[in-house]
Formats: sequence, structure tokens, C-alpha cells
Amino acid sequence: MNEEKKQRVVVIPGDEIGASGLKSGSGTYRRDGKVFAAQLGIRNVRGDFVNVIPLGGRYIPRSGDSVIGVVVEMGPSNWLVDINSPYPAPMHVSEVPWKVEFGDTARYLTIGDAILAKVLAVDEIKHVQVTMKEHGLRKLAGGQLVEISHSKVPRMIGKGGSMIALLKDATKCRIFVGQNGRVWLDGEQDNMMKATQAIKRIDEASQHFGLTEEIKKMLNFSGAVTPQGDKDGE
Amino acid sequence: MGGGSTDIKLIDEKGIRLDGRRVDQLRPIKIEAGVLKNADGSAYVEWGKNKVLAAVYGPREAHPRHIQDPTRAVVDVIYNMCSFSVEERVRPGPGRRSVEISKVIADAFRNVIFTEQFPRAKIDVYIEILQANAGTRCAGVVAASVALADAGVPMMDLVPACAAGKANNQLILDLGKEEDNVGQADLPTAIVPKTGEIVLLQMDGHLTQDEFDRALQMSMNACMQIYELQKDALRRRYATSANDAPDTEEVRQ
Repeated sequence: MNEEKKQRVVVIPGDEIGASGLKSGSGTYRRDGKVFAAQLGIRNVRGDFVNVIPLGGRYIPRSGDSVIGVVVEMGPSNWLVDINSPYPAPMHVSEVPWKVEFGDTARYLTIGDAILAKVLAVDEIKHVQVTMKEHGLRKLAGGQLVEISHSKVPRMIGKGGSMIALLKDATKCRIFVGQNGRVWLDGEQDNMMKATQAIKRIDEASQHFGLTEEIKKMLNFSGAVTPQGDKDGE
Repeated sequence: MGGGSTDIKLIDEKGIRLDGRRVDQLRPIKIEAGVLKNADGSAYVEWGKNKVLAAVYGPREAHPRHIQDPTRAVVDVIYNMCSFSVEERVRPGPGRRSVEISKVIADAFRNVIFTEQFPRAKIDVYIEILQANAGTRCAGVVAASVALADAGVPMMDLVPACAAGKANNQLILDLGKEEDNVGQADLPTAIVPKTGEIVLLQMDGHLTQDEFDRALQMSMNACMQIYELQKDALRRRYATSANDAPDTEEVRQ
């Protein structure tokens, strides 16, 4: 994001977006030596690549993404996790931080449970595997889930985690944001309501200038935001 | 299509048609993107007296499992006429005509969508004809391609479509209901403007080789006009996002 920091250009599939020396990045395709947009989104140049940041579309898992999943099916040695993408993700018992006996999966996670997981691998035909065997990944007990568009996740987190830090400080909620557009929060009832409203507003108005200020006002928050030191912002 | 000779005068001496259009003039077209909240993408098209709604879902998991293709996404189109869409009530449900139209439209879109990016998934396109007045398959293609772009589906280009035909021994663009019913030929066309490829072409009636070439050229020129309207509809939908530039920095935590 160097040359057009302020000016955002909406591109439509088929629009020519290339310039000399730019390579075709994500959301684009190349034809006859020119680069075109493949998706509706915002043109973005980063390094040598021209990309389209999508304004919509489904979440497509990539390995390493932190996601919030919901268990939808159980087998004797695995769970099937819905990660809000076209592809459900199986999670084997060897990928959880507990020692699970064969056939005993229901004692640890049952249908409807929300988990904080990481995409372990995605192969070429989009078989997705998720894992909970990493620091900080766990079952999300209590609280509630809010869904936003996955393309709004960067805005939800904010520059250097500013937006999410504001939400946490103003509402005293614990908040996790998954790369797949799911937000989990837990706190006092009133605060959760406030936070949910703020999250919905961010989803709606992610393109507005001074959104952080607007959210600050909305939450009646005036103090300074504590810088994000912890790892909660995932 | 009645076909052949008719006493009805569809075009007068000045070359003006029943609805006041010239022979090479389109009906007024209005396109709006993103009209439905619950679909991933949607569009509404008013094309003369045609009123068409298109909704797109997906890419989503394909069910039943045996329809999944491990190399690409399945594109499924359902074209449906509402029972109140014409003067005589349409019997609801899929029929010979709507199954055929669904198939040819799906074939058209398979050429532009990057289906290989979503193996094993399915993209559903629903086209509902709320009011019909000839040319609904073209209006359906126009609406569906705007809806697909609105849904964020990666595709090569938008797909505009338009029909040309023949009535009273004259070539005409964008047939109205009477022209379609008693005219001599109808030639719906859908193209990919980027490459000039034809992705949908059907013909009803008779045209000579020369007439065919000229009719095809007429509808392709009209497609380019419609293409601009499609792009304009999408730009209007996302205009607010363009003008209020966000101060987002892409953050991957």
C-alpha cells in the first residue's frame, strides 16, 4: 500500500488494473500480458504486485489462519468443524490438547461448541485440517458469537490492533476475532450487548473515515487505549 | 413464435416500432445491485416491461456429495418464471422451457467464473422472472452476472446479453412481446466483452446468412451498451466505499 494510500478505487471483474512492472496478485488474472480484476473489490498495490482486496465473497481457508469454528459433527476419532467457509474442516483427536480415548470424543467437544482453532493445512482440492494443538487455542466456553464479513476482519482489528483494543477497554469484554469473520466475546450482559452493536456497526461502516472515533463515541469511552501487548487480538 | 407472414404491422414506414422505438433501439434498462440481504449477491433488472430478480449463493458446500467435482466448482442456475409473470398463469415449477434456459445460462457462466478456485464447491444462481415481456433469458443473464460480481465470485468479466431478430422483413434489436410472438426470428446472444467470445447463442425462426451476421453484430453492439450499465450499477452500489476512503491497513495478526 504505497502509492495510493488515500485514494481507493473500486474495481469490477474485467477492469484492467495493471501498470508496467506490476505482477498479478490475489484477486486478479493475467491475459495477453495485461492484468485484470477477477473480483469486485478495491485495487491495492503492494510491492511488485497489484491485488484486489475483495469487498465480499466467502472465506477461503489458508494454512496458518486463526479461525473460530463450531463443531457440527462427531466421529469416534474426529470432529467436523464448520469454519464459515465452503469447506467443513475435520479435526482429528491427535490435534487437540487433550488425550482422547477412541470413541470418547463427546466428552471433550460436542455439537455446537465453539473453538478457537488454527488452519493446519489446506491441500489443492481444499481439504482443510484444523488444529487446537498450539498455544492459546482452546474451547470457547460461554460468551457469544457474532458473524461479520471476513473481508472486514482487518478493520475489526484496526491498525496495530487499535480497534479491538478500544472495544476491549470500553466494554471490559474478552474478545477473539477469527480470520473467518467470526467474533467471540464474553463479559457482562450489558457490555456484551454494547460490544455486539459496535461490532455490527464496524461491519456496516468499515469504509468510513474516523470509524474508531465514532465507535469511541458510541461506547462513551474517553480514556486512552491500552496498547495491545497480549495475544488476545487473534 | 408465430413465424412467417403476418398482417400485423410491427414497424411503420418511418421505421418506428409499436412501442415507439427505432429498429436499432433498446428498451429502457435499469439495473440495481445488492437488493437482497440474505443472498451473498443479488441484482434487480427492469428491462422494458421485464422485471427480473437474481440471487447468488456460494461458493458453498455441494450436496449431495456425488455432484462435487474435485477439480472445479459446480455452477447451477435455476431460471424460474413466477406464476403471475405473464397474462395467462404459468404453471409453477420447472418445465421444458425453464430447464433448457437454466442449462444454457449455466453453460454461459461456466465460461467466465474461475471455477477451479473452488474445487468441490457449488455456486447457486437463482433467476426469478417477476414480469415477462420477451427477452427474459437475456435480462436473466444480465441480472445474474451483476449478482455474481456482487457476491464476490471471481470471474473473468461480466456477461451482458441482448437479442436481435427479424419482423416484417426487417432486422430489429431487442424484440418486444408482439415482435417475438409474430416476428420471423429471434436471436438471443450473450458475450464476454473482454474477449469477444459468444457464450450464449440461440436462434428461433429463419435468417439468411447475411441477416444472421448483421443481427449478431447488432446484438453484440447492444451488449456493449448493456455492459456499461452493468458496471455502472456495481459502481453505484459500492460508491460510498470508494469515496469515503477507509483508513484501514491490512492487518494480519
